[in-house]
Amino acid sequence: MQARETAPGKSVPHESAALHVAGEASYVDDIPELAGTCYLALGLSEQAHAKIKSIDLAAVEAAPGVVAVVTAADIPGVNDCGPIIADDPILADGLVQYVGQPVFAVVAESQTAARKAVKLAKIDYQPLPAILDVAAGRQQQSWVLPPMQLRRGDADSALTRAPHKLKGGFSVGGQEQFYLEGQISYVALREDGCLHLWCSTQHPTEMQHVVAHSLGLDFNQVVVEMRRMGGGFGGKESQSAIFACIASIAAYRLRRPIKLRLDRDDDMLITGKRHGFEFDYEVGYDADGLICGAKIEMAAQAGFSADLTGPVVTRAVCHFDNAYYLGDVTIDAFSVKTNTQSNTAFRGFGGPQGALAIEYIIDSIARELGKDPQQVRKLNFYDKDFRNTTPYGQVVEDNVIHELVAELEQSCDYQTRRAAVATFNRDSPILRKGLALTPVKFGISFNVVHFNQAGALVHVYTDGSVLVNHGGTEMGQGLHTKVSQVVALELGLNIAQVRATANDTSKVANTSATAASTGSDLNGKAAQDAARQIRDRLARFAGERFGGEPAQVLFEDGVVHCAGKAIPFAELVQQAYENRVQLWSDGFYKTPGLNWDKDKMQGSPFYYFAYGAAVSEVVIDTLTGEFKLLQADILHDAGNSINPAIDIGQIEGAYIQGMGWLTSEELCWDPEGRLTTHAPSTYKIPTVSDCPTAFNTRLYQNRNVKDTILRSKAVGEPPLLLPFSVFFAIRDAVASLADNRINPRLRAPATPEAILDAIEALRAEVA
Amino acid sequence: MDSIRFILDGEVIEIDSVEPTRTLLQYLREDLRRVGSKEGCAEGDCGACTLVVAELDGETLCYRALNACIQFLPMLDGKALFTVESLKASDGSLHPVQQSMVDHHGSQCGFCTPGFVMSMFALYQHNPTPDRGAIDDALSGNLCRCTGYRPIVDACLHLQDYPAPANNERQLKAALRELQRDRRLSLQHGTASFHAPVTLDDLAELYRQNPEARILAGGTDVGLWVTKQLRELPNIIYLGQVAELGQIKAAADEIEIGAAVTLSDAFEALQPHYPEFGEMFRRFASVPVRNAGTLVGNIANGSPIGDSMPALIAVNSRVRLRLGQESRELALEDLYLDYMQNALRSGEFVEAVIVPLPPGDLQLRCYKLSKRFDQDISAVCAAFALRLDGEQVVDVRIALGGMAAIPKRARQTEEYLLGEPWNDFTQVTAMQKLAADFAPLTDMRASSEYRARAAANLLHRFYLETRPVNALPAAAVNVFAVTG
Repeated sequence: MQARETAPGKSVPHESAALHVAGEASYVDDIPELAGTCYLALGLSEQAHAKIKSIDLAAVEAAPGVVAVVTAADIPGVNDCGPIIADDPILADGLVQYVGQPVFAVVAESQTAARKAVKLAKIDYQPLPAILDVAAGRQQQSWVLPPMQLRRGDADSALTRAPHKLKGGFSVGGQEQFYLEGQISYVALREDGCLHLWCSTQHPTEMQHVVAHSLGLDFNQVVVEMRRMGGGFGGKESQSAIFACIASIAAYRLRRPIKLRLDRDDDMLITGKRHGFEFDYEVGYDADGLICGAKIEMAAQAGFSADLTGPVVTRAVCHFDNAYYLGDVTIDAFSVKTNTQSNTAFRGFGGPQGALAIEYIIDSIARELGKDPQQVRKLNFYDKDFRNTTPYGQVVEDNVIHELVAELEQSCDYQTRRAAVATFNRDSPILRKGLALTPVKFGISFNVVHFNQAGALVHVYTDGSVLVNHGGTEMGQGLHTKVSQVVALELGLNIAQVRATANDTSKVANTSATAASTGSDLNGKAAQDAARQIRDRLARFAGERFGGEPAQVLFEDGVVHCAGKAIPFAELVQQAYENRVQLWSDGFYKTPGLNWDKDKMQGSPFYYFAYGAAVSEVVIDTLTGEFKLLQADILHDAGNSINPAIDIGQIEGAYIQGMGWLTSEELCWDPEGRLTTHAPSTYKIPTVSDCPTAFNTRLYQNRNVKDTILRSKAVGEPPLLLPFSVFFAIRDAVASLADNRINPRLRAPATPEAILDAIEALRAEVA
Repeated sequence: MDSIRFILDGEVIEIDSVEPTRTLLQYLREDLRRVGSKEGCAEGDCGACTLVVAELDGETLCYRALNACIQFLPMLDGKALFTVESLKASDGSLHPVQQSMVDHHGSQCGFCTPGFVMSMFALYQHNPTPDRGAIDDALSGNLCRCTGYRPIVDACLHLQDYPAPANNERQLKAALRELQRDRRLSLQHGTASFHAPVTLDDLAELYRQNPEARILAGGTDVGLWVTKQLRELPNIIYLGQVAELGQIKAAADEIEIGAAVTLSDAFEALQPHYPEFGEMFRRFASVPVRNAGTLVGNIANGSPIGDSMPALIAVNSRVRLRLGQESRELALEDLYLDYMQNALRSGEFVEAVIVPLPPGDLQLRCYKLSKRFDQDISAVCAAFALRLDGEQVVDVRIALGGMAAIPKRARQTEEYLLGEPWNDFTQVTAMQKLAADFAPLTDMRASSEYRARAAANLLHRFYLETRPVNALPAAAVNVFAVTG
């Protein structure tokens, strides 16, 4: 193995990189199967909303290879796997609420046999009226949760007083997570009614809870283990639950190991996605474009159940300000119940949708005033010492957006390129270029205060090797790498001596989901706490043994320096063991200073903010609506980065993923409510050609003012907002057709068809 | 009874009883427990299962990336298989494509990584110093949801930084020669059969006698019948081993492409004569799909959204059909009768497509519209062929995909244009005529309105590129031709 660097701030490779490239990294489906393992396939609702009159599964049961069928009647405990509210049936019981809802499960000797047998079911439905989109749901006041409202000041009077007003609407579609590894659970029974669940999940503790509830077990009877996911992106935060439960119920009933690995189409038909939103806004501003008040209604497509829609919509509300001071604000938010998949977490968790709305508004204000949108954006940025309180009452204390944007404008030569784009457009009859700069301010912490805690275990073995276990799950984001770097730093070791292990509910208990970008903030601190306790014990021991103050003992490069002596770490550890020094420790962390009143929607829910900005340049075809991203320049604030390569990987990955959301990734449902984009053949996430040749990503040098782990900042979600610049560059290109004076009505995702629609509408308006 | 024989890590593997539609991926993961290759979609669209198959092409070894999820195991007969587990050297050191991925931070969750590594391995075998264009092409069939691709591209750009691994190609070639068959491979598993004839006559006779059999070429569509529709295919006749059908015959005025010629090879043969089709060739599915699928398969399948047919129809291609000993030729457009219905008789199959070489003054373009540049199914695929005498249109053929139940010519538009001058006025009228030629559908790829409007606009684009005066270059009308 090549020498690896230890110190934080170093770009050590992902801890599993060598395993990934060799095909040796083990995912749930790769675990050697136990004798007698059976396989599940799910029978899905064909109706968007219907009563089940009867289910005839006789032919299913008689099919070759079938061992049993499982229905709601076979659930010994509670038929619910909802993360917050009990409205998520594990298997439909008499009522189906969307096309794709699991109704029954087939257990068979092979996955193919199970899938074939599913097709033999005869279900008799009595159709009920279905609500298939947000507009219909709003009209009928169909909610999964009561409407929310956030008010600051008096937006109505602010609007009345405003010299200029703008009113409009905008919509953004949902987004399929498209983790490359589909949902999977594998269950084995253990003695005394216990079970062991391997589950591709971001939330092992919640899987433990829902499985226990569905089977009527105590939590201590269920162990959930998770080494790594093949991607999560939020899609495995709550929605791994239904599969964990069904597999466990089948295993319990049949007393056999059960694997439920979803076919991709079934996965996409069953599971929820990023919430699509519709917005109606009214904003008041002065002649420069300075906003004095805003009113917005945001309606999120929740799908058939609440799932995480409450916190998602809350985060959308808390990110409507993005980086801007908005004056008097009223935000009304609706969680619209529709007969579709229950939408859920997806990287950004509502934040991107909320922030996209204000960006659309500011972009529109600029065009109304004949200004470059980037000027109006900068004008409205939060100030540092005044105009620095968010609509939800938190003071923005760590604002760096002004200097960050200034640095990016300079480094990417914004003004020169703005002029070059104008020149190009003047001489180009068919193709048009567009350019946009968009900022990011993203709040870090779970909006629910008590989730902001984490635990860790660090073991030092007598050969000096170290094992770390913590509550966070690895889904590719490099969490285990960062936590290992933290532990290695504390103990003065090379990272190669530190091994991160599978998340396991029997090791660290009561963990939070690895979500809200908090993975390394929380678990890094917890692991540091554990490692520090061991280091302190070792330092005390070294002081006693070799003389000198424990505080003077130095741990560095695998050597412990004490009283002029240099003792190899492994040697000191062995001696400490022989002197009965505890060489393992737990660690704990809770984020300080958070508060949130969810009824008033006021408080300080975020420990700090992460910042960033991106400039994107595109070219569009005014005949077909096709577009190409020509260049992307990103400057992003990851604080004092623990691992720049991993952080840049998160930033670039989020940028491309967010660009997909806003351009090529379109979810379509047919008039019966059937999702028609349920496979990669029809649902198009970005590919390699979508990654621009000129793709310049840099980290903004900015030590976190808050005492985070090594003064770093969370980096999972904030950069998903960076590709707003792609969308607004497209809008800029379209607007050039009317001399940048008319606001194109561009919907997201900006597919070729959406772009061409905006072009045609603009031309009609000009004509 | 016969057995399937192939080479894996230098060893000959022999399988004498297997369900003929067992996929290569199922075999690797479930039978061999060789779990490095992943299932991401089971339809050849994500690339997580990508592996490499080597075949002898004369004296050279040809390495090709394929999607294991839609390859049936018997199709591997006579070939050498490389999976992600094959790449490490015997001392455990990583292959250059693997080490470069580690060093450039090319993996995050790692699930797509084995597939990327195998696409990169196939690329490396042919082109160890690829440029960005070659990299994009090679990776067009691999989805990554984590990285945004930049570090993977960087890994590909630095393959030459690593010493080339030892190879034992001589032994492999010898072993592959040993596996070559001179007679039909026949497999029986329960009631299911699989036949892979090696001569055209044998194939023709076999299919004449078993017209209910399913003809299989690359499996890029038939594979999905099994993995997605869960259909039973009790009787398969595989074309891939028929020597005559694997040939590309170039004559003075036409090129004949046999039914077993892959899309990759067919496009390579056509590209020099039809550079205007280059973007369509490049954007046709992905490398692994083009390496498996055949041009004739695309034609015979007859999907209204197949990308090759508009171009081939526009240049007046023909198909040769074969029934037993009898063969006949048909204009390609006449093969299609209605949605998924063709002019083939029972027991008849498409033996080859014959593509005429273009006259020097033929103006040609093929445009593809889809939500994504790489590996997407067209909303509209339009091919235009035009000859002018001065300003006057003396020959015009326009064919579109995605606009009707079959790939279809724009007859009214063509009739109107023939004999007219090619000018601002006639192109506007032609755009209107095009609307009368087609009544496209709405689906998840595009609305009927968009299809109609965009198709007419593509005619306009064609006009701008080919008008007698002041014709515009591609970079003025095609975003994908813009470089900066």
